[in-house]
Amino acid sequence: MLETLANLGLGFSVALSPPILFYAFVGCVVGTLVGVLPGVGPLAGISLLLPATFGLDATRAIVMLAGIYYGAMYGGSTTSILMRIPGEAASVMTCIDGYAMARKGRGGAALAIAAVGSYIAGTVSVVGLMFLAPPLAAFALRFGPPEYLALLLLGLFVLAYMSSGSMLKSLAMASFGLLLGMVGIDQMSGYFRFAYGVVELGDGLGVVPVAVGLFGVAEILATAGQATPPQVVKPRLRELLPSRQEWRESAAPIGRGTVLGFLIGILPGSAHIISSFVSYAVEKRMSKHPEQFGQGAVAGVAGPESANNSATSGAMVPMLALGVPSGPIPAVMLAAMMVHGVSPGPLLIQQQPELFWGFIASMYVGNVVLLILNLPLVGLFVNILRVPYPYLYPAILVFSILGVYAVNGSVVDVWIMLIMGVLGWVLRKLSFETAPVVLGVVLAPMIELSLRQSLAMSDGHYAIFLQRPIAAVLLGVGLLLVLLNLYSFVRRGLDWRARLALAEKGEET
Amino acid sequence: MTTERVSGVALALLALAVLEEARRLKLPLGTLATPGPAYMPALLALALLLAGVLIVALGRDATTLGAAGWHEWRHTLAIVIVCAFVALALERLGYRLTIALACAFLLGVVERKGLVATFLFSVGMAAGTYYLFDTLLRVQLPRGPFGL
Repeated sequence: MLETLANLGLGFSVALSPPILFYAFVGCVVGTLVGVLPGVGPLAGISLLLPATFGLDATRAIVMLAGIYYGAMYGGSTTSILMRIPGEAASVMTCIDGYAMARKGRGGAALAIAAVGSYIAGTVSVVGLMFLAPPLAAFALRFGPPEYLALLLLGLFVLAYMSSGSMLKSLAMASFGLLLGMVGIDQMSGYFRFAYGVVELGDGLGVVPVAVGLFGVAEILATAGQATPPQVVKPRLRELLPSRQEWRESAAPIGRGTVLGFLIGILPGSAHIISSFVSYAVEKRMSKHPEQFGQGAVAGVAGPESANNSATSGAMVPMLALGVPSGPIPAVMLAAMMVHGVSPGPLLIQQQPELFWGFIASMYVGNVVLLILNLPLVGLFVNILRVPYPYLYPAILVFSILGVYAVNGSVVDVWIMLIMGVLGWVLRKLSFETAPVVLGVVLAPMIELSLRQSLAMSDGHYAIFLQRPIAAVLLGVGLLLVLLNLYSFVRRGLDWRARLALAEKGEET
Repeated sequence: MTTERVSGVALALLALAVLEEARRLKLPLGTLATPGPAYMPALLALALLLAGVLIVALGRDATTLGAAGWHEWRHTLAIVIVCAFVALALERLGYRLTIALACAFLLGVVERKGLVATFLFSVGMAAGTYYLFDTLLRVQLPRGPFGL
């Protein structure tokens, strides 16, 4: 404990030095901007700015890139709440209730709650990163391929069960997303699958074009031609502050989202995305008024936003302590560290303590910077709503194209985005949810690898999933969710999810 | 036809197409102990096929396809065409020219805004985003004829 505090002192002496403070600030500002711009997520932002850090020393470069990462997580909520377009993939769930709040004139309050929730989650999770990293990382290491597969499948079942529409349709969309994730070179055999000679598809369908297409472009396609385009809300300054009731309703979700996000964050996978999905599902399940979800529930903003920021710190645990990236963004961060001659892993703390602890301390500083930046600027972001929609949607379209193109510098990604946009528009018309498609694409490589490794371990016996206690329990919970859904279907009774679906339809008609 | 039945049939057909393509591309299925590259796609296609059949079977009472509301299709089509144009022209005409033309079409033709507003917005958007990304952030954006 005392040693940790002494090390943190060393970290603050590094983080509070003017040059490091400056680069943390620049990273946070750029990250917020990257998050706010629809289609330009943290992955694109970090990739875009990586070359700009080549001239810096390792500590400054890493602190700036980390600032971009968690700045983007903060900023991503803005477009989700104001325009129902996720600034980055982890803000997908915030779109649902955040946008509903904005339509009710509570957009400013939703932004403030997201900013405060992100600050609390970001700060608390860094404490977790500091004190709990070694034992938690050790626990995650106990997971073999069968447990990992069971956990990933459970994530899909939870998402499908919690969806307001039919579980069958959500599972169909998850299967569809997983199938999309099969495009590209097979990791184990090197076979090209469903790429049809398009070299760019070798790495598979990118998460960025799929998410921007299904959520951003589909939204534009659906709303641009409406006789009454999205209502332009013009909140007054006092409306930007959440009410006492809204603060009360968001306190527990922020706490739960923080813990959940951190725990999910340390597990491999696109943790910040999954954490926001799971947090939303948990809040909906725990709420006394689940029917309010989708209609502007404060908990639907506070929980996921806290969770995805907390997961950002959680994702740093395996990256820093083990040198194992837990998702595409930590993978880019890892590459950036290696470019700067830093080798993350167990020896990093011993060999370069000023870098490790300086980085930890800079995360505390960065969270304060982001809160200071975000709350006063909430009004500025709200002003985006005042731009007439015929001018706004071409601008969003340009940023979406730019963001998607910039990741790989490939027009193939622009085509993927367009196809996904049209698909998302059609799926919306047919009352299918698109979130499971995105999650399917993200999880597909991990699920396939875990399944094949598990079968190789067991010499082709599926019983391995029942013989290993953790995997069996996780799959059992998944099966229970299916049975629960089946039970309500057989009884033909309307549970809260069916009532919510009816309510949503009622609003549309 | 109801929306559920149409989508169920589409999903089932997609699943069958995946199975057929995996066979046509000669992707090995492998064995249970050593699954091949077609193993997971086949498993998922079967799951999708089952889901599609169930959706068709249970989708009698859903809304009809016509009632889903497709009234904005002209606007949608125009935006899709503009996006397709951008994808085709981006590396041929260059970023600035492509984006300026796309914005001009959306504002001037689709939204019927005035000439001055359309011109200012299109040129401003193309030049502004180019300056921000290419010049300031050093993201290499494609250049077209005359270095534009």
